[in-house]
Amino acid sequence: MTDDLRAAVAAGALASDDAHRALLQATVDVARAIFGARAASIFLLDEEADELVFEAVSGEGAAELVGTRLPSSTGVAGWVLVTRQPLVLDDVQSDPRFSRETAEKTGYVPKGLMAVPLLHDERSLGVLQVLDRPQRSRFSLEEMDLLGLFAAQAAVGLELMRTARIARGALEGKGELAVLARVAAALERLEDGRREAGLRLLGELERVLT
Amino acid sequence: MGEPEELPAWSVPSDAVERITTRWPDAVTRAWAWGDATGAGVRVCILDSGIEPEHPLVGEVQRSVVVSVDGDGAVTVADDAEGDLCGHGTACAGIVRSLAPGCELTSVRVLGAGYTGSGEVLLAGLRWAVEAGFDVINMSLSTTKRKFAEELHELADDAYFKRTMLVASAHNMPVESYPWRFASVVSVASHGEDDPFVFYANPSPPVEFFARGVDLRVAWLGGATIVSTGNSFATPHITGICALIRSKHPDLTPSELKSVLYLTSSNVGGER
Repeated sequence: MTDDLRAAVAAGALASDDAHRALLQATVDVARAIFGARAASIFLLDEEADELVFEAVSGEGAAELVGTRLPSSTGVAGWVLVTRQPLVLDDVQSDPRFSRETAEKTGYVPKGLMAVPLLHDERSLGVLQVLDRPQRSRFSLEEMDLLGLFAAQAAVGLELMRTARIARGALEGKGELAVLARVAAALERLEDGRREAGLRLLGELERVLT
Repeated sequence: MGEPEELPAWSVPSDAVERITTRWPDAVTRAWAWGDATGAGVRVCILDSGIEPEHPLVGEVQRSVVVSVDGDGAVTVADDAEGDLCGHGTACAGIVRSLAPGCELTSVRVLGAGYTGSGEVLLAGLRWAVEAGFDVINMSLSTTKRKFAEELHELADDAYFKRTMLVASAHNMPVESYPWRFASVVSVASHGEDDPFVFYANPSPPVEFFARGVDLRVAWLGGATIVSTGNSFATPHITGICALIRSKHPDLTPSELKSVLYLTSSNVGGER
């Protein structure tokens, strides 16, 4: 099978974008719960626009933020994305520029944040942020380790979503192959009896073609 | 037999060996290593997001430049009036200043032109800094792109042979990243104590030293300060200590400087 055909069939059988969003949403929800934070969010790098896009938000500001865009190499998220280094900041309201920009975008100004790059293989895919964990005590290196572990999980989710989008995008310009994706997707959705009938039909088609 | 073959360029007859003036004591103490030093005469480069001018915790910045690379790979290094686009470079500069108040600081901004191409900008910035012959370069950043690893490695070695100490943040996430893993640089991760002069040698590299990096108050944008955590703040502590040692012992090579760091580490001879 050629790569294009393989991609066509795979794209049809891929989980939908909604399913990937649900995975990212679950990741930020759990991150927020584990750290007892007011909010958590995942930014994905839009390589074409060279911008960071909010893909999933849990907690404060959730409804308004998804889809919001930020520069990819300025501010705290940009620094974390480019340098691949996690960063924890507390009392960030003392930074007037940070407060103003964030407030303008989100209507919510955090007092503290943890930001960690989402790294998959050699790619920097985005940034996971956890906002306003309780100021109960000093930040600990264990929390930093936990954040890193979490980021590894979030990066896998983000990578799945990114590659799925690429596969779907690749098919849009290839009408003759997109039909395979649609057939594969239709088969996925059929109930058992009809799916068996569909597969038998495909088997006959395969015999004719080969 | 003909004429004796000419010696390779890196061999030297024993009567022509250059005398080295540094006298090593029996025990290398902190008093010997940096006692009474201020960092005066030492040129430190902060390769980061820029440095905010006239921040009270940073003071004078000798020069600020911004690095850019166009689509054809042409590098431009220009004077930079943008200040700091994140706050992080200012934080690092403030930490170095607090430890080595007499050193000269130069900002090389490698952030702000977008994520795409940021690897090329990082390389170009480091190359400029190595060619400029700084005594210490603080790199609280890394790249995971393998295509840059070889070039970074060569640059790190160039720095090493030019007596430029490259101090780089280690990564505490399970990925391969550079340049902190190279033997020619000093790599730094965090410990959780409050004393800026407490640093530990790691008997199990690749991370070589642990310095203060948890819950510390650092300089930030708008003349302000914030409390922050990260290996990227541990790194300028070691940069500052390197500046102190360099100002007292300017002829030390990077390998000797690293040995002095080791011998004065809090878990080696730091109490002496």
